[in-house]
Amino acid sequence: MTVSISPPREGHPVFYLEDEHAHAEGGSTMLGFWIYLMSDCLIFAILFATYGVLGGSYAAGPAPKDLFDLSLVAVNTTMLLLSSITYGFAMLAMEKERVGATQGWLTVTGLFGLAFIGIELYEFAHMFHEGATPQRSAFLSSFYTLVGTHGLHVTFGLIWLVTLITQVAQRGLIEANRRRLMCLSLFWHFLDVIWIGVFTFVYLMGMLR
Amino acid sequence: MTTESHSATHVSAGSHTSAGHAGDHAHGSLRSYLIGFGLSAVLTAIPFWLVMGSVIDSKPVTGIVIMIFAAAQIVVHMIYFLHMNTRAEEGWTMMALIFTIIMVVIALTGSLWVMYHLNTNMMPVHDMSRMP
Repeated sequence: MTVSISPPREGHPVFYLEDEHAHAEGGSTMLGFWIYLMSDCLIFAILFATYGVLGGSYAAGPAPKDLFDLSLVAVNTTMLLLSSITYGFAMLAMEKERVGATQGWLTVTGLFGLAFIGIELYEFAHMFHEGATPQRSAFLSSFYTLVGTHGLHVTFGLIWLVTLITQVAQRGLIEANRRRLMCLSLFWHFLDVIWIGVFTFVYLMGMLR
Repeated sequence: MTTESHSATHVSAGSHTSAGHAGDHAHGSLRSYLIGFGLSAVLTAIPFWLVMGSVIDSKPVTGIVIMIFAAAQIVVHMIYFLHMNTRAEEGWTMMALIFTIIMVVIALTGSLWVMYHLNTNMMPVHDMSRMP
């Protein structure tokens, strides 16, 4: 973007156009997306608060100790952490303009994310099988709302990931796709941050109750 | 991050090419990602070990310790994966983050505090309703 501005002559007002480039397409996307993530953070804060208030109301039903399998949660946490680092590798490949490597790492990220969702659905199915449905107690209602909302976010992240792999395949690493990949990067790492709260407050603290 | 390269392009507004826009230091390096991953792995493994192995006898102490580990890991993720700093977007991402943290703290402590007292004080009423 080269804008040639003739040098100001004496006696003429001088207009500074230095900030003009900041309004280029997508120039404010990253800040806007960050603000979206912060508002998403508030949603999770409220769900955490709800779980904190209701997490001890078992209604004579199953307690965390009867339901949670920490080794499964540990595997799940590992999956999400690995998907975070592989997304980082995808971003590094993107910086080096390597389309194939970017897509490869994005695919690996997607597989780890899929494994995470799979394990979580397995855990939910197992709990449902034991009669621990959301209707059973306030604890379970708030548990499924909190963990389920996180799982839904990961699911939508996966859909977004597949969309972007397709976009990169069709258009390559153009400016718009780089921006989209950076947004998804923030989203994906943000979900990992939320998961830290989930495994600490819900699963680990639940076992301590 | 694009955000960082923006502040860079303020200095050199001329070199606004596609490559320059992405920024060299923007996403962190392989080294910073690996450091972040290593720290996260350790900060995740220790709480799981503490709880699964019942290492500390006192449950409240274990709870506080794993909360400290969680807080530390969140900071690690913010720095090494989300590349938070005070310079991005002229500090506005940091401002938004600080505002959010304040809101989260108010929402969490407020809810837990108020509802704990409400729960405790409402108990007798609940029992009375069962009386004939």
